[in-house]
Amino acid sequence: MNSTVAAKNGDYTIPKLHYINAAKGLKSWLTTVDHKRIAILYLISVTIAFFLGGIFALLIRLELFKPGEQFYGPDLYNQFFTLHGAIMIFLFIIPSAPAVFGNFVLPLQIGAIDVAFPKLNLASWYLYVIGASFAVYSMLTSAIDTGWTFYTPYSTSTSTAVISMTFGVFILGFSSIFTGMNFIVTVHRLRAPGLTWFKLPLMTWALYATAIIQVLATPVLAITLLLLILEKAFGIGIFDPAMGGDPVLFQHFFWFYSHPAVYIMILPGMGVISDLIACFSRRNIFGYKFIAFSSLAIAFLGFLVWGHHMYTSGQSELSSVIFSFLTFMVAIPSAIKVFNWTTTMYKGSISLETPMLYAMAFIFLFAIGGLTGITLGALSVDIHLHDTYYVVAHFHYVMIGGAVIAFLGGIHFWWPKMFGRMYNNFWSVVAFVFVFVGFNLTFMTQFFLGSKGMPRRYHDYLPEFAQLNGFSSVGALIQGIGYTIILINMIVSLKRGKPAGPNPWGARTLEWEHTTSPPDEHNFDGVPAITHDPYDFRAPK
Amino acid sequence: MSDSSTHPSYLHHHYGDVDQQREAAKLGMWIFLVTEVLFFGGLFCVYAIYRSWHPEMFINAHHALDWRMGGINTLVLIASSVTMAMAIRSFQVDKPKQGIGMMWATVLLACTFMVIKYFEYSHKFHVGQLPGKFYTYTGIEGTNPHIFFSIYFAMTGLHGIHVLIGIGVILWLMTKARKGSYHSGYYTPIEVTGLYWHLVDLIWIFLFPLFYLIG
Amino acid sequence: MTDNNTQSEHKDHILPVKMYLTVGAVLFFLTIVTVAVSRFDFGQFNLIIAMIIAIIKASIVGLFFMHLLWDRRFYMSAMLMSMLFLGVFIIITMSDTMRRGDIYEEVRHPIVREAAIYKNIDKSENDSHSGDNHDEAKKDDDEDQHAPTH
Repeated sequence: MNSTVAAKNGDYTIPKLHYINAAKGLKSWLTTVDHKRIAILYLISVTIAFFLGGIFALLIRLELFKPGEQFYGPDLYNQFFTLHGAIMIFLFIIPSAPAVFGNFVLPLQIGAIDVAFPKLNLASWYLYVIGASFAVYSMLTSAIDTGWTFYTPYSTSTSTAVISMTFGVFILGFSSIFTGMNFIVTVHRLRAPGLTWFKLPLMTWALYATAIIQVLATPVLAITLLLLILEKAFGIGIFDPAMGGDPVLFQHFFWFYSHPAVYIMILPGMGVISDLIACFSRRNIFGYKFIAFSSLAIAFLGFLVWGHHMYTSGQSELSSVIFSFLTFMVAIPSAIKVFNWTTTMYKGSISLETPMLYAMAFIFLFAIGGLTGITLGALSVDIHLHDTYYVVAHFHYVMIGGAVIAFLGGIHFWWPKMFGRMYNNFWSVVAFVFVFVGFNLTFMTQFFLGSKGMPRRYHDYLPEFAQLNGFSSVGALIQGIGYTIILINMIVSLKRGKPAGPNPWGARTLEWEHTTSPPDEHNFDGVPAITHDPYDFRAPK
Repeated sequence: MSDSSTHPSYLHHHYGDVDQQREAAKLGMWIFLVTEVLFFGGLFCVYAIYRSWHPEMFINAHHALDWRMGGINTLVLIASSVTMAMAIRSFQVDKPKQGIGMMWATVLLACTFMVIKYFEYSHKFHVGQLPGKFYTYTGIEGTNPHIFFSIYFAMTGLHGIHVLIGIGVILWLMTKARKGSYHSGYYTPIEVTGLYWHLVDLIWIFLFPLFYLIG
Repeated sequence: MTDNNTQSEHKDHILPVKMYLTVGAVLFFLTIVTVAVSRFDFGQFNLIIAMIIAIIKASIVGLFFMHLLWDRRFYMSAMLMSMLFLGVFIIITMSDTMRRGDIYEEVRHPIVREAAIYKNIDKSENDSHSGDNHDEAKKDDDEDQHAPTH
């Protein structure tokens, strides 16, 4: 197998043969069972989804730039926020970190040649594409303006595009389920000899916990959507009040998946942050077991709190109180992680590479997002804040400030491993600044808008909200520029980036120490020997 | 990397040995069964809630179901579980012909189940006991009896679809078994299909008393 | 979590034919018991007794046919965990559905007590009875109008 050769001046070369040029042609990519290629297929797909969802976001902020109707009316506005939500959640965020990083990095981190079920892995990607096609098809043919939450009775009485959209999401759900199944079996059965559970990188732990949620929660979404389709087609009378059903029951079913889903969105990101903080502080992660077990705790506790989305829906007062109490509990494991990350950095040898910038931004932004979640979890406060922009700000802080920032950190970290080339550092920092500043401008203002009473999902607002809305829209534009710079920077690096070598960051996990950049088709030369802990920066190389 | 003499054709390249592959396949199927439990579980939740809201209506409505047909179907599925387990055992002791015979028996029993279901369904269609807005039967007292039939058709229908899928998979395995693909060293696909089949039986074990024997 | 994935802990265990047939017979017997027990009225325990028998049958299928008695403990744990989560879902959701109307009596029941389809069925069924049904339907309509929309 070819390895990289360091020339005299420390430059590296790309190995002659690796997983990207191992086979040529579109067909070889569309029929691949190589987990690394499947990861790239997902990367392309979720990037397209991200920018598509982003266009809808910009359309929303465009209309909200000034009060009054500027460019389009309420019906179109309702469609735009529905599609923004549905695309971002189902086509981007939920697949992104598990399917991109999980697929690429998980087998490498455990010393395996591939995932447990490579063909099922490819099937997962095809299910993603088919589901996404249904979703895009419904978008283009008919109006869906129910919100991404599809609440009954509106979703049962409105246009039939709801059926094709929910069917698309149903299929996407199976993509997620099969990925989860694959990862659980991979971590249990395919670890290299000597790689015990507590020698695994925390990224692996995070992906494992995420997979548990995917497997337990997504089937409930599947049955929910199936019942919704039956309700529309046959009027079965489960969720539609006109037929004797209960709309709040729909919300129970929907949120039983959708709350754990937010932990699907954030857990892999937290795994990325653990790997990044340790590497760029050059220190062993503080409280390894606490972080590992807190991932499992988040996975389990996340299933107990779904009713906090429904305090004002008409559910019984008793269950609202129960859910509020449980919601406070679920914050604890996340807080444990934040303390461990910051303690890892203390007296560490910090280097401010771009991935580290994202990691540090994550800790700050996720803290805001998480704490504002607690505010909303308090039953008495949520009565006033529910369905206001406070909620919108909260979940964007955890979804963008948390999951997307972590995703970008991971991209900037593993890019040289995936493609063998380093991106331009200056532009990556510029983009980071645009993203960070733009994001905070967009959404910090929305906390104030919400607590002043501006409701969400309204295409217009009172004049007193105008200034903050203006700032928010400007922020959205700045963010968009930042993401575009990242896209261009990465694509350009594929041709013009400097070869990065096997381990440009000096990390100690298996994917960095035992593979080339890009890795060989079969990952490792023989079975890698486990000689030290994943974050032991003092162990000999 | 193991060399080709110890690398049988059914061992995929990313596994070190057959045992690792087999345990991985079994774990994968058990995780899939976990998803099935949660999938059907949602419908059991719907059942529990609507029964708690309309207990009298459920009791009245369930008389429309024939407990004898339901009972026979229960025995039929249990028997098919026995034959499926025996099929796996046959391959374990290198008796492929007997194994294929057992798989035939499983398929026939499963088809019997579907035939009985067909008679049940067609009777209901005939008298108007249809799900949701197509319900036209007048003989049941209580609030919104159509909901009972909606839940009945949703649960038994979904279960029936799983039976059909099981029949299809077993038939496909039989074609491969006839070519000699399965023997005491490798019968994993049949083993994991057996696990799936037993779950289908398990779900019916709960459906039978909940729909046919209320009150 | 002490799995060592390169070592085979699990040798093929081949169970005797007699065992499968006996287990099948026990399940047949328990099915007959299920039907027989349903003939008696135990009041509120009807459901619990039926479910206990069903759980026993399900456990037998799992332990013997699905080999849980001899396989890795993890499979049984995974199955039990899935049922635990299902139980959490059902119980907490029912803590809502069973306790509506604790404070405001009007929201105790589902929103619409008689779906609109029944008006059509009654009308098309029998004209001579239409007078009675009409009054009943009207009564329900009045009730619905008072039901709060939340």
